[in-house]
Amino acid sequence: GKTRRNIVNQLKSIVGQGPLNQAAVMEIEALLLQADVGVEATDYIIEALQNQIKQAALPPDAAIAYLKKILRDMLDRPLQNCSPIFVPEKDRLNIWLITGVNGAGKTTTIGKLAHIAQKSGYNCLIGAADTFRAAAVEQVKVWGARSNVEVIANPGKNTDPAAVVFDAIAAAQARNTELLLVDTAGRLQNKKNLMDELSKIRRIVDKKASDARVESLLVLDATLGQNGLRQAEVFAQAAQLSGVVLTKLDGTAKGGVALAVVQQLNLPIRFIGAGEGIEDLRPFSSYEFVEALIGT
Amino acid sequence: MFDALADRLESAWKKLRGQDKISHANIQEALREVRRALLEADVNLQVVKDFIADVETKAQGAEVLSGVRPDQQFIKVVYDELVEVMGETNVPLAQADAAPTIVLMAGLQGTGKTTATAKLALHLRKQDLSCLMVATDVYRPAAIDQLVTLGKQIDVPVFEMGSNADPVEIAREGVEQAKAQGVDTVIIDTAGRLQIDQDMMAELIRVKEAVQPHETLLVVDAMTGQEAANLTRTFHEQVGITGAILTKLDGDSRGGAALSVRRISGQPIKFVGVGEKVEALQPFYPDRMASRILGMGDVLTLVEKA
Ligand SMILES: Nc1nc2c(ncn2[C@@H]2O[C@H](COP(=O)(O)OP(=O)(O)OP(=O)(O)O)[C@@H](O)[C@H]2O)c(=O)[nH]1
Ligand SMILES: Nc1nc2c(ncn2[C@@H]2O[C@H](COP(=O)(O)OP(=O)(O)OP(=O)(O)O)[C@@H](O)[C@H]2O)c(=O)[nH]1
Ligand SMILES: [Mg+2]
Ligand SMILES: [Mg+2]
Repeated sequence: GKTRRNIVNQLKSIVGQGPLNQAAVMEIEALLLQADVGVEATDYIIEALQNQIKQAALPPDAAIAYLKKILRDMLDRPLQNCSPIFVPEKDRLNIWLITGVNGAGKTTTIGKLAHIAQKSGYNCLIGAADTFRAAAVEQVKVWGARSNVEVIANPGKNTDPAAVVFDAIAAAQARNTELLLVDTAGRLQNKKNLMDELSKIRRIVDKKASDARVESLLVLDATLGQNGLRQAEVFAQAAQLSGVVLTKLDGTAKGGVALAVVQQLNLPIRFIGAGEGIEDLRPFSSYEFVEALIGT
Repeated sequence: MFDALADRLESAWKKLRGQDKISHANIQEALREVRRALLEADVNLQVVKDFIADVETKAQGAEVLSGVRPDQQFIKVVYDELVEVMGETNVPLAQADAAPTIVLMAGLQGTGKTTATAKLALHLRKQDLSCLMVATDVYRPAAIDQLVTLGKQIDVPVFEMGSNADPVEIAREGVEQAKAQGVDTVIIDTAGRLQIDQDMMAELIRVKEAVQPHETLLVVDAMTGQEAANLTRTFHEQVGITGAILTKLDGDSRGGAALSVRRISGQPIKFVGVGEKVEALQPFYPDRMASRILGMGDVLTLVEKA
C-alpha cells in the first residue's frame, strides 16, 4: 500500500548498514508477494538473491540494486530473440490482434494505439470483432472517431467475429492500410468454445493475410492476481501470442503477475496503459516497471 | 497447476505419523502450506497472516475426533474458519420499508458493474419487482448505450440524461423518477474508478449523499490479486459499502479476493456473477467459496461423515 515505507529504509531498520539477515529477506519476500508476483516467481527471485548473499554480504542498498537487476533481467530476457523496439513496419500490412479476458482494457488500448499510429503517420484501420458485448461496437467506434480512424464493423447482431475480421482484412488490403487493429470480445480462458472462436480468428488472419506482419497481444489488467498466468498460457496457445500489454498501472496495483508471465511464457511486455485517456499508453520499460514495483 | 491443499497437507502430516494430536510444534508445516495455498489463491498477504494466526489458535484448541486423521481434522478447522470469516449464510439484498429500494453500484474499471446492474434488475424482475436502472457513467465511451442495450434485453427501463449531464444530478433525478412511478427498486450504475482517484471518489460520495441508497455494492472481479484489500478498504472508508458482488466466477480463478473483501470491510458478498449473460447471477454461498479458495471438495465430505 501507499503507506509502506520505502523498502531500503525498511531493510535498514532491520539490519542497519549491515548485511541482510533472514528477517530482511522476508521483508523483500513480502514486498514481492504484495505486488502479485506470486509464490513461485517470488521463490525464484528470493533464491537468486540468497545465492548472491551467500557469495557476498549485501547491505540494504546493494541488495535492492541486485534485486532490481534480477527483475529487469527477467523482463528483458524475451527481447533477446526479437526486436526491442516495437513499431509496425512501414509500407506493408501489419495486423495487431488484441485479446484478453473480460474488462481487461482491450478496446481502450485499441483506441490509444490508433491514436499513436495516426500521429506517427501510419495508415490505420480498426476491425470491430467484438460482436457479442452490449455496445462494444459503439464503444470502439467512439475511439476510432477520436483519432479519425475508420472502424470496420458488421451492423448485424451476434454475427460471426471471424467474418468481421475477414472483412476488415479485405478492407485493409484494398486501401493499403499499414496497421489493422483487431478488437476482440473479452473471454475467460476456461471457455473452450470462446477460445476455439479466437483460434479461428487467428487462422483467418494467417490465411487471408499471409504476407502481413502479425502481432498477437494479450491485454493483462495490472490488478490481476495469479490467474493472469493461466490466462497467458491458454491465450498463447489459442492466439499464438507474441506479446503482452499491461493496463491500469495508474492504480496502486503493481502488476507483478506480469513477471511470472514473462518468465514462464517468454513473452515480452510491449506497452503499458496508465489511464483512461487517449494519451495514456506508453512503450514498456523494464527499468520504470521495476522502479515502480519495488517503490524506492 | 495447484495441488489440492488436502494433498499437500497430507504430505506435511506424513512426516508426523504416529502423532495423533494437533500441537504447536507439529502444526507449523501445515500452516505454511495453508499460507501458500491462500497466497496462490490471491488472498491478500496481511489477511493471510491474520487468518493463519486465528487458525493456529483454533487448531490447538480443537478436540481430537476419533477416526479422523489430524491432517483431515486440521483441514476442517481451516475450512470452518474460512466459512466463518466469509459469513456463514447468504445475505439477501436489502429492502427498503417504503419503495423504492435504492441500490448503488461501485467499483474499479471493468469489474462488471454495468453487467451486474442488469443482472440484478433481471433477478428482481423475476421476483415480480419492478426496476429502473440509472445510467450515470458519462465518461466511458458508449457506457450509456451499453446499459440501454442491456435494458432492452431484459425489458427494464433505463433512466439517462446523455453524457453531458452531471452524474450526481442524473442519479438524483433517476431516483425521483423511480419514486414518481412507484418502482420497487432503482439501481444506479456508476463509472469505474480507481480508489486513489480523489475527484472520482468525491463524485461517488456526492452521488451517495444525494440519493441515500439502502445498499451500496462494491463490484469486485474474482480475478483480482493483492489489490482487493486496498481497494475494499478505501471504498469502504470513503464511501461506505453494505455488500459486494464478486464477478467472473465462471473463470478458473481461485477467488481469494472474496476473503480479502469480506475480512477488510466486514460486509457480506451478496451475489456472484457467473457469466456474461444477464441471467448469470447467483446468490453467494460462503461454504462453496471456502472450498474454491482452498481448492478442495471431497475431503470435506469425508470429514463431515467421520
Ligand atoms: N484506470 C485505467 N482504466 C483503464 C485503463 N485501460 C482501460 N481502462 C478502463 O477499463 C474499463 C474496461 O476497458 P475496455 O477497454 O472496455 O476493456 P475490454 O477489455 O475491451 O472489455 P471487454 O471488451 O468488455 O472485455 C474501461 O472503463 C476503461 O476506461 C487504464 O490503463 N487505466
Ligand atoms: N465471464 C464473465 N464476464 C463478465 C461477468 N460480469 C461482467 N463480465 C464481462 O466483463 C466485462 C466488463 O463488464 P462491464 O459490466 O462493462 O464492467 P464495468 O464495471 O461496468 O466497466 P466500466 O464501466 O468500464 O468500469 C464485459 O465484457 C462483461 O461482459 C461475469 O460474471 N462473467
Ligand atoms: Mg472491449
Ligand atoms: Mg460500466
